Amino acid sequence: MSSWPFLSLVTFLPLVGALFCLIVNGPKEAVDRNCRSVALVTSLATFLISILLWVWFDPTKAGFQFEEKLAWVPALGIGYHVGIDGISLFFVLLSTLLTPICILASWESVQVRVKEYMIAFLVLETFMVGMFCALDLALFYIFFEGVLIPMFLIIGVWGGKRRVYAAFKFFLYTLLGSVLMLLAIIAIYWQVGTTDLPTAMEKLNLPFAWQCWLWLAFFASFAVKVPMWPVHTWLPDAHVEAPTAGSVILAGVLLKMGGYGFLRYSIPLMPEATQYFAPLIFGLSIVAVIYTSLVALVQEDMKKLIAYSSVAHMGFVTIGAFILNMQGVQGSLFQMLSHGIVSAALFLCVGVVYDRMHTREIAAYGGLVHRMPRYAFTFMFFTLASVGLPGLSGFVGEFLVLVGAFKANTWVATLAATGLILGAAYALWLYRKIIFGELTKSSLQAILDMNRREIAVFLPLVLLTLWMGIYPNSFLDPMAPTVDKLVADYQNAIKLARTAALAP
Amino acid sequence: MIIGLESWTLARPELFLAAATALLLIYGVVRGEVATSFVSLATSAALLVTAVLLFVPYREGTAFASLFIVDRLTATMKVLVLVGASIAILMSRAYFEQVRAWRFEYPLLVALATLGMMLMISANDLMALYVGLELQSLALYVVAAFQRDTVRSTEAGVKYFVLGSVASGMLLFGASLVYGFCGGTAFVQISRALLDGRGAEIGTVIGLVFVVAGLAFKVSAVPFHMWTPDVYEGAPTPVTALFAVAPKIAAMSLMVSVLMGPFKPLFAQWQQIIVVASVLSMALGAFAALRQQNIKRLMAYSSIGNVGYILLGLASGSEKGIQSVVFYLAIYMVMTLGVFATILMMKRRDVMVENIPDLAGLARSQPMMALALMIFMFSLAGIPPLAGFWGKLYIFIAAVEAKLYVAAVLGVLASVVASYYYMRIVKVMYFDEPAEALDRPAFGVNRAVALAAAVLVAVFSLAPQPLSVVAAAAAKGLFP
Repeated sequence: MSSWPFLSLVTFLPLVGALFCLIVNGPKEAVDRNCRSVALVTSLATFLISILLWVWFDPTKAGFQFEEKLAWVPALGIGYHVGIDGISLFFVLLSTLLTPICILASWESVQVRVKEYMIAFLVLETFMVGMFCALDLALFYIFFEGVLIPMFLIIGVWGGKRRVYAAFKFFLYTLLGSVLMLLAIIAIYWQVGTTDLPTAMEKLNLPFAWQCWLWLAFFASFAVKVPMWPVHTWLPDAHVEAPTAGSVILAGVLLKMGGYGFLRYSIPLMPEATQYFAPLIFGLSIVAVIYTSLVALVQEDMKKLIAYSSVAHMGFVTIGAFILNMQGVQGSLFQMLSHGIVSAALFLCVGVVYDRMHTREIAAYGGLVHRMPRYAFTFMFFTLASVGLPGLSGFVGEFLVLVGAFKANTWVATLAATGLILGAAYALWLYRKIIFGELTKSSLQAILDMNRREIAVFLPLVLLTLWMGIYPNSFLDPMAPTVDKLVADYQNAIKLARTAALAP
Repeated sequence: MIIGLESWTLARPELFLAAATALLLIYGVVRGEVATSFVSLATSAALLVTAVLLFVPYREGTAFASLFIVDRLTATMKVLVLVGASIAILMSRAYFEQVRAWRFEYPLLVALATLGMMLMISANDLMALYVGLELQSLALYVVAAFQRDTVRSTEAGVKYFVLGSVASGMLLFGASLVYGFCGGTAFVQISRALLDGRGAEIGTVIGLVFVVAGLAFKVSAVPFHMWTPDVYEGAPTPVTALFAVAPKIAAMSLMVSVLMGPFKPLFAQWQQIIVVASVLSMALGAFAALRQQNIKRLMAYSSIGNVGYILLGLASGSEKGIQSVVFYLAIYMVMTLGVFATILMMKRRDVMVENIPDLAGLARSQPMMALALMIFMFSLAGIPPLAGFWGKLYIFIAAVEAKLYVAAVLGVLASVVASYYYMRIVKVMYFDEPAEALDRPAFGVNRAVALAAAVLVAVFSLAPQPLSVVAAAAAKGLFP
């Protein structure tokens, strides 16, 4: 089992599908049909194989599993080193789960340049999975940045009216953040002589001032990706203009790359700087939670509202990650997974009515419950999950983060908790506007309820949300040893630094 | 002085190229215009044979009383120049036939320029350097004005000539100062004089500055870049392709061997100059290209920016820095040839077009061409995993190791700005509504070059190791 390159298989299988799509030729109808099928089959196969990763994952171990290591560019000390631990396992699964869902969701809504669309999504999946598996700083950077290319095209080609502006904003914002991270990676390479992550974790011993600079460079990249206030402004634009599936991937996976990056790179590699800058993170996160929730209250566009709510929810993630106790970090991870599923589902919900009415304006809807009961139920379900109703996935993450935060800093916890109230306010307001009330608008009289394909899209997400809310231990247990080790290593490093500072 | 046999064997490739050019010239003169196609093909072939002669069998050493040097670095650079020039000749036929300027002198002038470049690369003496540089430049001035019945081409030739002469003058003036203070023109003499302190005077430094200024002109580094956009835009497109590749590589190689050779003891002095020129080039290349409409002009600014990155590698002055220069140049050549092959395929109703809006909707009318150009653009922007990223990574590693932190930070920021205009081309091709479709590219050299370049970029993206081994071997020549 361990001799099989499972991670590489999961990573590069979508690329094989993309190649198949590339060589499909013939009349447009046939090409479109074949590409859709190829993409769906490949991404489903990838998902099934990635399930095996979970099955065979040893939840008692803290270290990396399914490791593969090859020399790639020895001249620059870069290796192809992949592996997963309790932190990355579920992100891989999240990526492989959302990709087939996205492809299914765009089955009918994408009619132009279907071939390119499917190729872009499959390539995107390869980059996403590769990013979560990478255990080499340079490899990580390549996948991290590579994501920009397909996403740029997805927003720019299949997006809405202001798609060009949104695509460029997304691209340049994220690129600007990550090039600074590249320099930090080079600096680490220069110190350690390799870009291999486990080696770097072991050997890297930077003076405090250096740690701070490198931490800020990584922060520039991850903060844009999360996104944290005040560098979040690309997100509403990108979400609004992206096609539905693009928003789903953006909210579901791409935002998690920032939080994942903090936990995988910033904290273990630069513990002292992490401690030093934690108040900054808390401050920005609390502003994000409160301010963007308020901004969400006044939005007129459904997608924009959900986009701002994403910023607020990700505020919890960053608080939890930098609280750096067991509950905080686990809560942060769980919140990311939950948000990945719930916000993806909410964007899909918007997509359902957008496909029918071609508008996302909240004012254009109302009273949908009369014509679309199934849709009303689904939307309600995910709205409540997003608000954090106990029994659904959103509650667990937020609760854990707040518990962790109360242990460490009461003020942070209190202020963050106000976000829950505001979150309920805007989410329920949105729901009332769209679903309840009288069905007065003539354009909505003939609207149809969800069809079978759409139900198939939502069903796995509903089940997962319930599972995560009712029995979170299935997800928390595999994380526990890794998180334990992360927190312990961090505490040790801080203690060491303190004794070193006290020593004459 | 008796010139020994080994001098002649060492200069075998150059001698072969010179003889082949002379013979083809005679043939062309005798047969007239009908010989053009044959001469052109034969010249390309001769250039490639020259490249083979460099390595079969490979020999190192100095020749002609130390005027001429051959080592791994010069051999590698020569291969790049020869291949680049050979492909540039092949790429030019369709264009010149269309504008009715398909004459046999063109390939021969390129061959002579290439001979000059080889001499530049192998120069081991300021005199040899100057002779090689002038042979190259004079041939290129003519080539720039080759489409002589159009105003733009003539203007480009004249501009290039006037400004190039000024640069040559500066270089010569600097060389004379160095000669005066160091007591010799041979690189070994200069180096010895500087090492034992005789030549380390302010006069030498002033001479060095002039030499560097002359060379900076040839590689079009800021602040000596003014000629580049006009010449790139005005010169016939295949000539622009040549300019973007061969002379740039040759001049960069010359810069490396001059600064890392005789002037190595003055590293602290020239490093400042190169760092400033590098940062300015990166910034100007990024900002000035933002609003360009003409794709050739855009590529001119892009080349200025790329030179900035290469200079940053040189400024680090380490073995890794020189490796990164070689590595970057090779990748830069592939990308640039690919882009120009694509530009040469841009035709609408059989008329060449070269404005960026002409590419609108190319992804729908000519998807393969658009895909190739997109690969080149993302690669030039340095977005991983494409080859251009490895080039930049190599450069920045060298820069960080040499503690050039500020320049490295400014460099990556400039690359973000530059990525905007590369992305703009992708946007025009993929996002915009189709303009009147471009003609379907005919089967031919340009299509083959574009395809080969795209494949090579893909190969370098996935497997940069072989190229880095070559670069490492080349750089060893300077660090025995």
